[in-house]
Amino acid sequence: MIRDTLFTLGSLYRDDLRVTGYRFGSGEKAACIVGAMRGNEVQQMYVASQLVRELRALEAQGRVVPGKEILVVPSVNHFSMNIGKRFWSLDNTDINRMFPGYDQSETTQRIAAKLFEHVSGYKLGMQFASFYMPGDFLPHVKMMDLGYQSAELGKQFGLPYVILRTPRPYDSTTLNYNWQVWETTAFSVYSTATDDIDERSARESVEAVLRFLDAQGVLNMGLMPQGEPSTVITEDHLPAVHAPASGVYRRFMHPGDRVRRGQVICEILHPLEGEVIERVKSPVDGRVFFAHHSPLVSERAVIYKIITED
Amino acid sequence: MIHQVSCVNLPVDEQMRIQKVRTMPETSGPNTPRLCVVTGTHGDELEGQYVCYELTRRLREHPELLTGIVDIYPALNPLGIDSITRGVPGFDLDMNRVFPGNQDGALTEYAASEIVRDIEGADVCIDVHASNIFLREIPQVRVSEITAKKLIPYAKELNCDFIWVHASATVLQSTLAHTLNSRGVPTLVVEMGVGMRITREYGDQLLAGIFRLMHKLGAWQGEPPEVRKPIVSTDGRVAFLNAPTLGMFVPTAMHWERLHKGDKIGEIINPLTGEGVPIFSPVDGLLFTLREYPLVYEGSLLARMLATEEVAK
Ligand SMILES: [Zn+2]
Repeated sequence: MIRDTLFTLGSLYRDDLRVTGYRFGSGEKAACIVGAMRGNEVQQMYVASQLVRELRALEAQGRVVPGKEILVVPSVNHFSMNIGKRFWSLDNTDINRMFPGYDQSETTQRIAAKLFEHVSGYKLGMQFASFYMPGDFLPHVKMMDLGYQSAELGKQFGLPYVILRTPRPYDSTTLNYNWQVWETTAFSVYSTATDDIDERSARESVEAVLRFLDAQGVLNMGLMPQGEPSTVITEDHLPAVHAPASGVYRRFMHPGDRVRRGQVICEILHPLEGEVIERVKSPVDGRVFFAHHSPLVSERAVIYKIITED
Repeated sequence: MIHQVSCVNLPVDEQMRIQKVRTMPETSGPNTPRLCVVTGTHGDELEGQYVCYELTRRLREHPELLTGIVDIYPALNPLGIDSITRGVPGFDLDMNRVFPGNQDGALTEYAASEIVRDIEGADVCIDVHASNIFLREIPQVRVSEITAKKLIPYAKELNCDFIWVHASATVLQSTLAHTLNSRGVPTLVVEMGVGMRITREYGDQLLAGIFRLMHKLGAWQGEPPEVRKPIVSTDGRVAFLNAPTLGMFVPTAMHWERLHKGDKIGEIINPLTGEGVPIFSPVDGLLFTLREYPLVYEGSLLARMLATEEVAK
């Protein structure tokens, strides 16, 4: 393992921001993995750090295929993580909305440009991503549906779902979108949590990446536990359940749980009087893919996404 | 009269309301022109607040001169304005990246779609922004290249100093202005002043332009105010000046000052080391954007110049 400071950024009164990369193997730029880019992505950093730990051991056992190089960047924006902010400490901009970046422009554009310089050119790119709404996911792989890549590849992670996303205008400045533009096959790997660490789902994510790298001939894992058979779903076909009222939220179901049509999946309580004002029922037979995670809920918020199962 | 454009229940005994005030002419029919003025998409931008107030006040002072419908939306992001939050509090979502929104979406997407629905069909919409807390802007209209031909004739009425015709970035397709323009409502984005402040002089300047435009639309029968002739420029003449180092930026040049290449704009000082780095103008031109918030990192924008000649990229 080679530990590299990929780049640093000075600050007037704070320590330098150091972005560290960990390299395993050498040769062809085979795979690059990026962890947290936002200050609340603690789980994403944790998953990447556990991956560094695994890869270090695997490399020592000679399991990185000769001629292949893997780069892991566990955290980019710990400047924000250290002060409990989600976006860039000074101007609140999102580094993952600045790609490919520009080295003559604003600070976060420069950070994106410097990062992109190091993480581009790899055959495969993976980012541990998070979602802007408070909630937990069933672990999955998301791919931009740009028409020219096969969703089959995503199945090699062995996670239950591969989600295909039609890019929206605001996606055009994310790392994954730009990886694709510059011919890196890119995947977003979502684990259950964001702000908190979920050990089980972190292990699943690490295993999924190792399984994928094994299938792609970057690692030689020998015996590897089989993943789940993946189902490919278009993001637009994830039916959302919206909160019919606002108040205190009492959740009954978790990601991965199977639900029956008509089954009560959560309750909403009057915030001041404590009475249950809504019992929300599942509209379909299926499996919980996303579940809102917050003690409070606003009217119309997406509280569940349930994948219909035959 | 105050109308509710969108209303969503927040968790604890509060409704998030987006409101507008409509001023009607004494008589109206199906062909009565309608003008919309919107502001407050970014909760830290307040320059538009004075414009909204003063516009309503002047319309009420002379109801006999009003021959169009004027809809004023002073706070598209009411929670943001209340909490000095640029985005939508809670989600850190930039409200100007969720348009056209979605009737079946969550809070912000739903509100966005209601806003669009309410404005659709208007003859012109003016979307007043106030830069951010970091940069002070001279009153300017920003139009994308694809809408320039249609919008510049309107923009010239607005009494701004500068019309910036910028490249059409994909990411800007999620803005209110893009959505409305693509649905046939000519929408002009005005940027002026600085975040968290109200600059009365800029507000009055824009108001003269709004009355001029209303007159042109047939919505106002008062004497049309004289307006200044703006400089129209593409990206080619806009020079960016980013901080070469970190520290505190202290300007010495004046906003909207005409400078020569090499003239001093300010200094980046380091109070800890006692060192200072002078900052010079990269071109001959007008200083139309000037940094207001002192703390800078490497790369922070210090100034934008409208160059006398095309600048090399
Ligand atoms: Zn704005």
